[in-house]
Amino acid sequence: MKPSALILFAPGTNRDGDVAQALSLAGASSRTIPLKTLRDNKIDWADHQILVLPGGFSYADALGAGKLLALDLSHYFIDQVQAFVAAGKPVIGICNGFQVLVKSGILPGNEALTETRTATLTHNQGNHFECRWVSLKPVSQKCLWTKNLTEIIDCPVAHGEGNFTLTTLDQAKTLSIQDQIALVYVHSDGKPAGGVYPVNPNGSVMDIAGICNPQGNVLGLMPHPEDHVFPFQSPDRIHRPDASGLPLFINGVRYASES
Amino acid sequence: MKVNGSAAVYRFIVKPNTANDPRSLGYLADTHSLSLYQITQIKCQDLYFVRGGLDQPDAEKLAAQLLHDPVTQSVEIDLLEFPLRNANRNQNENTSSRTIEVALRPGVTDPVAEQIVRAGHLLGIPSLESACTGLRFILTGGGLTDDLLHLAAKRLLSNAVIQTYALGEITPTFSTSTQSHDLVETIHLRGLDDAGLLAVSSARRAALNLAEMHAIQDYCMRENRDLTDIEFEMLAQTWSEHCVHKTFKSQVSVYSDKSDTRSFPAHYSHLFNQTIRAATKQVNADWVLSAFTENAGIVEFDGTHELSFKVETHNHPSAIEPFGGANTGIGGVIRDVIGVSAKPIASTDVLCFGPAELPLTELPEGVLHPRRIASGVVAGIQDYGNKMGIPTVNGAIWYDPDYVANPLVFCGSVGLAPKGSNPHATTPGDHIIVLGGRTGRDGLRGATFSSMTMDAQTGEVSGASVQIGAPVIEKGLVDVLTLARDRGLYNAITDCGAGGLSSAVGEMASEQGGDVQLMKVLLKYPGLAPWEIWLSEAQERMVIAVPGKNLNELADLCSQYEVEMTDIGNFTDTGRMRVFHGANVVLDLDNEFLHHGIPQRHYSAVINKPRFETGQTVSLEGKADTDLRKTLLKLLAHSNIASKERTIRDYDHEVQGGTVVKPLCGLRHDGPSDGSVIKPLASQTNHAFVLSNGLNPEYGKIDPYQMTWLVIDEAFRNAVACGADPSRIAILDNFCWGDPTRPEIMGDLVQSAQACFEAAVHYETPFISGKDSFNNEYLGSDGKIHAIPPTLLISALGVMPDWQQSVTMDFKHAGSLIYLIGDFAPAFGGSHFNLVDPNHAIKEGLPHCSKINPRFYLAFYKAIQEKLVSACHDLSEGGLAVATAEMCMAGRLGALMQINATDEPLRSLFGETSGCFLVEVTTENKSAFEDLMSNYSVRLIGKVESHQNIQFDQGRESILNISITDLLNAWKNRKIAGGLE
Repeated sequence: MKPSALILFAPGTNRDGDVAQALSLAGASSRTIPLKTLRDNKIDWADHQILVLPGGFSYADALGAGKLLALDLSHYFIDQVQAFVAAGKPVIGICNGFQVLVKSGILPGNEALTETRTATLTHNQGNHFECRWVSLKPVSQKCLWTKNLTEIIDCPVAHGEGNFTLTTLDQAKTLSIQDQIALVYVHSDGKPAGGVYPVNPNGSVMDIAGICNPQGNVLGLMPHPEDHVFPFQSPDRIHRPDASGLPLFINGVRYASES
Repeated sequence: MKVNGSAAVYRFIVKPNTANDPRSLGYLADTHSLSLYQITQIKCQDLYFVRGGLDQPDAEKLAAQLLHDPVTQSVEIDLLEFPLRNANRNQNENTSSRTIEVALRPGVTDPVAEQIVRAGHLLGIPSLESACTGLRFILTGGGLTDDLLHLAAKRLLSNAVIQTYALGEITPTFSTSTQSHDLVETIHLRGLDDAGLLAVSSARRAALNLAEMHAIQDYCMRENRDLTDIEFEMLAQTWSEHCVHKTFKSQVSVYSDKSDTRSFPAHYSHLFNQTIRAATKQVNADWVLSAFTENAGIVEFDGTHELSFKVETHNHPSAIEPFGGANTGIGGVIRDVIGVSAKPIASTDVLCFGPAELPLTELPEGVLHPRRIASGVVAGIQDYGNKMGIPTVNGAIWYDPDYVANPLVFCGSVGLAPKGSNPHATTPGDHIIVLGGRTGRDGLRGATFSSMTMDAQTGEVSGASVQIGAPVIEKGLVDVLTLARDRGLYNAITDCGAGGLSSAVGEMASEQGGDVQLMKVLLKYPGLAPWEIWLSEAQERMVIAVPGKNLNELADLCSQYEVEMTDIGNFTDTGRMRVFHGANVVLDLDNEFLHHGIPQRHYSAVINKPRFETGQTVSLEGKADTDLRKTLLKLLAHSNIASKERTIRDYDHEVQGGTVVKPLCGLRHDGPSDGSVIKPLASQTNHAFVLSNGLNPEYGKIDPYQMTWLVIDEAFRNAVACGADPSRIAILDNFCWGDPTRPEIMGDLVQSAQACFEAAVHYETPFISGKDSFNNEYLGSDGKIHAIPPTLLISALGVMPDWQQSVTMDFKHAGSLIYLIGDFAPAFGGSHFNLVDPNHAIKEGLPHCSKINPRFYLAFYKAIQEKLVSACHDLSEGGLAVATAEMCMAGRLGALMQINATDEPLRSLFGETSGCFLVEVTTENKSAFEDLMSNYSVRLIGKVESHQNIQFDQGRESILNISITDLLNAWKNRKIAGGLE
């Protein structure tokens, strides 16, 4: 049976259609459900095998991107979300969804780190919204979404608050040691970005584009692999007519259907 | 301000932990661009004020969990007492560190404040009543006088239209209730003489002329009564230029110069019908599904879907509050597309500003600096488009001193819908349903209210004339309305734009009739008079006609998507528009008079001969010593030609996943595309569409008639360059003009409208929508009123059957051949060559627009379809040299170019021409390409090289040799070795 994805839809969510398309190509069905419908308990979370927090501007980024939706999650759905995460089901938060996962403490999710909120996604170092294609190197072998991915992923970023920041560099080392760094910004040939704009588009520490929880089932990332699931979407299709954003979704969907 | 006895007010100051806070650094850079070098450091901090029965633990909880990010910020909490003890913080002129605080005026939309209240309640603080937000700036430097601080505050840190500021600490103002009132005034028109009638029109800022006032007076006589204020206001709005386009619908008597070689009709009985609309009729394209009858033009797309397109201007609001003006400009045009039951899928923006480097001393009184207007407008478009999740994919930015006081902001929106999904079946008995935002005093009668803004200290609600938009509310409208459309829940739809409910409901009820109860309209705050509710231009509202049986389903949908829905009345079959306020009938107008009673205007147009005739050229002898290298670099660095990458990357052009040709293309994704190509994911076919535009006010200054031909050709040719089928290109017109009561201005308009007709018919490209903005005039430093140059934006929407035939402009393969194709007839009239070196301007006429162009485009399209074209770029500003440079920069490949021995190098390189492309063709496609194009002018002019140089040769002589690095540095406005002067 096709795994079913639950796509959370808040006021201001806008890349729900893009990720639904990617999941469909990867072999999952999906339902996009408004928060209010979830608050009214009209949906059984347990009917779904994948949870998606898509991109957009939930609550218009008021008080910091993702902050208010994170508050909603903690207030209304903490039990359902925790159950989903604890069950080891694939969870992905893209762009605004990543911001929500971080600001609600679900990511990085290490207890030692979460106790006193040590990670955040803040304003891009360039003080600008930034829309451009970037190259990502899948790193984590613990993360079920990036495990065994070998090819560089090309896809766009489109965000103003994607600068992944930790209070100390030690915490970044911890993430690295625990294999929680899922994706990093690199040059198109795979060489490290080294913090240099625009290869690293926002100033994120250690070029981090995405991280996972210690369990490896929750992935948060700023870039949009869901916008490179057809060759026509790529500005480099003449040289590389691929759909390099798709394998990550195939990984998540395959995991969901196997478990 | 007074605070209720029990309510406490807490202030939260949120500070970035890092010294390198990007936002603060951005403000510092802005002060330096305004030459305020005394300021050496700025710290920008967020202020939040909350009011209610809070205690300290509540405040600490808000601070910890809501108002700051503990990783990057720290927060300071103060319980405020009034008057503020520290109101004079840092008020000593001799200190090196001083404070300015800024807050929104009450009544201005503050979505963050609304969310603080909602989130506070979620956090278990139900006593939190209200909130407001602000900014604190701590300025450091030497010589920080009060005068300097006021200058910085007014010029940069705040905008009086929507904000107040204080040197030191600001006292917060919370939106408080005012007395509700139902006052309806009577407007006495019967018995007034001409002067009296005009006095009423002027006092109520109705902009109605004497003939129109007479028509209203006659109506009062017929109905044997006076009008209420709401009736008069509705008439003024319904009959406004904005809503009925009376200039374009006017009769025009034309006076031409007998020696003018061009000929124009001596009389138009209806300018619009005889020019723009006549062209659409004559072209008679069967793929046009709707033109000029709805909120947006509609064309056939892929067999099962239709595309809608509309472009609007929002000039005056953007001049006084750039962020809000552009923000609500894009919001408004998106609603036009929602108003034809489509889902918005792409946005365009074309902007005209004064020069960014204008010295402060040359800035007219009361005008914002062009740099500030530009950054505010771009931020406003970014905010709305990105938050709506609509890719902003096409645009242009044009700089000219004539736009300093009167910038232009053109915003466009494209929508996609299943074919025939926009219903027009308002049925008597249908409910009049308002969806979306609440109604406030927003935008009432434009600018009047900004000058009448109450003193914030009184705590009264001000009616700011420009609003900040709330894109997420509008996003909710799209979410709900696409579902409601698919379920067939409504019979008709229209948007609330200018004129608000009066215009939207009035239009929907114009055939049959309608009754509205104003007491049911949801208000942002009480205290609005009936006419204010009816006329309010509050953003993010749509009106739909809903049969009673569908109300429950619609209400459920709205509840799930958290969109407010209000039932304000019913459509009727009475032939009258009636509005109630409680039990009182406050408006009762005959539809026939309301919508058809306006007398036609009559204008005079004087057409002057252009100073230089089209195609008129002069000898270039004496120009032989022009430095070609320097000229090319200066052209590339010119603000109109230079890279717009920084702005383009502020806009999300990827969301919705359909952007095939992006605004930037090439090896490093930084080449300037001629247009954008979108393949909507919702379409099951390979169909795609192109968006492009044409605009050239520099040409408009010389000859509005020829300018019009040239910009239509430009928009069309850009679409063709990207791969659009030339027989499937529709265009839109947007005129920004001066005061049409001045015969020369009207003469310019007639020339342009006539050329629109002729060119559209010749290119067989129908106009499907358009808009005009008049009275774009300003007081010059010479004390005289000046009109902006005649500015016509042509936006093109072209369809292609397969996205795979789309073409980008970057050179792709070393060794390929470069062809210059089309009728190459370069001239210097209105050229950018003249702009970069005005002291040595070459005074000529505008370029020809060859009549062969449309046939040539069709032939070239065949070559594109057969995949014979590897790259294509049109020749436009800066001519052949700039086009070559752009293709080389985009592909990071060199070129060796050869111009003819008989050519004048300067003219060939920098003269401007219509109807030409530079194309890359691989050697294996050479003969196929040349065969296909054999009937047209095709010149093999060069070769793509792997080295990083452009070389132009004439015979054996190299006349220009320049590295791509130098070109890129100039074009990206980086430092150039040796400089340009």
